[in-house]
Amino acid sequence: MQEAISKPAAQSTSRGIGGHRGLHGDALFQGVATFFALLILVIAAVTVTTILYNSWPTLTKYGWGFVSSDVWDPTVKMLFGARPFIFGTLVTALLALLMAGLVGIGVALLLVEMHLPRWFRVPVSFLVELLAAIPSVVFGVWGVFVVIPLMQQDVDPALQHVLGWTPFFGDDVSGGHSLLTASLVLAVMIVPTVTAISRDVIRVVPDHQREAMLALGATRWEMIRGAVLPYARPGIIGALILALGRAVGETIAVTMVIGNNVYIGPNLFHGADTLASRIAASLGEAADLQLAGLFELALILFLVSVALNAFARLLVWSVSCGSGQVV
Amino acid sequence: MRIAAASSPRTLGGERFRRRKAVDRLMAGAMILSAVIVLIPLFAVGVYVVQQGWPALIGHFPSILTEQSPAGGQLIEGLKGTLVLIGLACVVGLPIGVMSGLYLAEYGRNRFGDVVRFTADVMAGLPSIVAGIVAYSVLVLTTKHFSAYAGGLALGLLMFPTVTRSTEAVVRLVPDALREGGLALGISRWRTIVSIVMPAALSGIITGIILGVARVAGETAPLIFTVLGNNNGFIGLTQPVPALSLQIFQAVASPVDPTQDYPVAYAGVMLLFLLVVVLNLLARFVAARRAVIRG
Amino acid sequence: MNAMRTSQARPVTGTAGHGMYVERLNAYYGAKHVVKDVTLRVEPNTVTAIIGPSGCGKSTLLRCLNRLHEVITGAYVQGKVLLDAEDIYAPGTDAVQVRRLVGMVFQRPNPFPTKSIIENVLAGIKLTGRQRGMNPREVAEQALRDAALWDEVKDRLKAPATALSGGQQQRLCIARALAVRPDVILMDEPCSALDPIATLKVEELIAELRDHYTIVIVTHNMQQAARVSDRTAFMMVDMGDRTGVLVEEGPTKAIFNTPKDKRTEDYVTGRFG
Repeated sequence: MQEAISKPAAQSTSRGIGGHRGLHGDALFQGVATFFALLILVIAAVTVTTILYNSWPTLTKYGWGFVSSDVWDPTVKMLFGARPFIFGTLVTALLALLMAGLVGIGVALLLVEMHLPRWFRVPVSFLVELLAAIPSVVFGVWGVFVVIPLMQQDVDPALQHVLGWTPFFGDDVSGGHSLLTASLVLAVMIVPTVTAISRDVIRVVPDHQREAMLALGATRWEMIRGAVLPYARPGIIGALILALGRAVGETIAVTMVIGNNVYIGPNLFHGADTLASRIAASLGEAADLQLAGLFELALILFLVSVALNAFARLLVWSVSCGSGQVV
Repeated sequence: MRIAAASSPRTLGGERFRRRKAVDRLMAGAMILSAVIVLIPLFAVGVYVVQQGWPALIGHFPSILTEQSPAGGQLIEGLKGTLVLIGLACVVGLPIGVMSGLYLAEYGRNRFGDVVRFTADVMAGLPSIVAGIVAYSVLVLTTKHFSAYAGGLALGLLMFPTVTRSTEAVVRLVPDALREGGLALGISRWRTIVSIVMPAALSGIITGIILGVARVAGETAPLIFTVLGNNNGFIGLTQPVPALSLQIFQAVASPVDPTQDYPVAYAGVMLLFLLVVVLNLLARFVAARRAVIRG
Repeated sequence: MNAMRTSQARPVTGTAGHGMYVERLNAYYGAKHVVKDVTLRVEPNTVTAIIGPSGCGKSTLLRCLNRLHEVITGAYVQGKVLLDAEDIYAPGTDAVQVRRLVGMVFQRPNPFPTKSIIENVLAGIKLTGRQRGMNPREVAEQALRDAALWDEVKDRLKAPATALSGGQQQRLCIARALAVRPDVILMDEPCSALDPIATLKVEELIAELRDHYTIVIVTHNMQQAARVSDRTAFMMVDMGDRTGVLVEEGPTKAIFNTPKDKRTEDYVTGRFG
């Protein structure tokens, strides 16, 4: 060791490290690494180009009309429009977020602020993360064999009894396969995302903020409301948007419980389709114009996903970089 | 007079204070209720999987693995397919993921690095069906052929962003003192990275890889139009092949004979669930060991 | 009469000063004993400084005075701390009430970054709600005047608190603490993050506040203690069991010029720490 430090020149030539060859090695290695980083950009570009290319027929045929058309008829009229699926995606994702958001943030607050004993906090954290790891198809199977019968036999009739006068709970047309069922399953699937990210964001709120609030004579909830949540708000919104992004892109579990209908309307018991589930259901037999239509659905899905993801990352990133840092 | 005397009457305690305490207790209750609401479906899913899956798997083990389900074929073939697909996904995803993560950590503190990082984050949110449809377009439409390669490509697309991000995070954590130590010894930069920095970050990188694998092992949507599934088992990389997650989906969503298909599906669910749980636990284990070693 | 214990409303008026008496206080972080057997009197309308080398437990002791110590999981206290005649640690006494009466200013200024200047000042008042005849803007103005900050912010009350300089932020935190009209104000090294000019302003402020409040200030700066305080308490780590103990306390002049304990003398003459 000592020799190496005191006689770098001699050692390096005899070891063959450093010097002329080393510099070449450095440049080469950096070049290779840069190549792979560049590859990411290439992959992203190829992804976008592929989808654009394949959706060209319907893109050019319908233009913006694709997004506003309600008709999706591959068999008789050969007309294609995305609106029913945009509707399905929005309704299921937003409903899921509504259900999962509040509850997810509540759990995150519980885990961080309530000073629970380790024997409770660690298993609960672990279980919530385990929920995140369960594959979509397993949720789908659970959805088909457990949730749908439950909805069909107990929940839907009850809801219809109480709220049937509203347009949202009309007749159960598709035997349990519905927007509502899909939203419920989605909610269960995105709760871990909300909880995990919110928990990280809330944990990062500096203790001196909590102390400042407590020192003024605040109860724990007042401290959370006055100091923790305002500070963490951008990050929590980011968590919610990320969860929304997940819900938007979720395919298999939704396909298995949503009913695969073309539908726009207020009845939550009606079957429908999301952008993702329509692609999954139809891609197999699709050709020509319908295929292009499906690719255009994928394009819309991709753009929505990217936008949500980018926006969310910005928000979460801004919190962890300390927006509004003091002094 | 600048400092006012504390003469304004102030009230301590009383009605308002009681109300504040009551609200505090109420909100604590709401938080606990949230945890209960979240844990109920979790237990419901877990209990269901074990209740249906375990007997289906263990009750007829190992014959259930070779039971020919009309919808999806044999589970053992599906398992083979899943493992092969994971391998292909790694071939696609690992070099890109690890090397780009390395790039971002070591050379990437610049504008270009920011763009790459952002793109990787965006690709991390790529919906699985979109990954599938891209692979469908690139490999299936062109060769007029469903194949394991196409599935591997789709899964690789889903895998690499996770690996990129976790690799970058872990390599960044390696203390600069180690890098400087290597350079001070006269070791060139690239050797320092390869033989000093990478080994230090290795368990973290492995954790990221395992988590990436766990994610793609359970994916179904990207496989529907790339590998298609194959009732005759795993016959080749350029052929349509079965996969565990796909078999489950096919058996439940489009069963040919429910009496045969469903039991196989349940066993498959148990198998897949076990696979994913084991991988996740493995990842945790590796991460925990790293924490212990680091002290 | 026991306002902190019962929820009976108690109007508090008058300008009588408030004192504290710490009796045989022991503080723990779980199994770790950090403050041992401290007995200390804080006279009304005085500034009491707590000095000592790092790690001697002075901040911990300070946090026991407004029950902020126990917020940390596993931390607890044994002994009595009297605010006027009431023990703040008496069973049934609510820490939330205590903290309303014993305010705190922290080492690093910690205004709420998402709130404006005036919202920061009023943050504490908002908790207990509007009293009859109270105008929030007037309360805020008074508190900001008392904290020697009014002139510098009166034209931009709605600006975010983070727009202020470090010294201004600290005075904002003082204003925030004053707005709720506590009996006692605790200050944990309030100037250590500030530049010398800002420090001077805060020290001047402390001198003015003394007439209407009782102040306890922890400082590692002996000269500051000598400038600012009426009484001084010197703490140190006991070599035997590594706990923090109160070595000596008394009028500031006495502590610095004629200390009774050799350890005190060593410290104030700069022989260590």
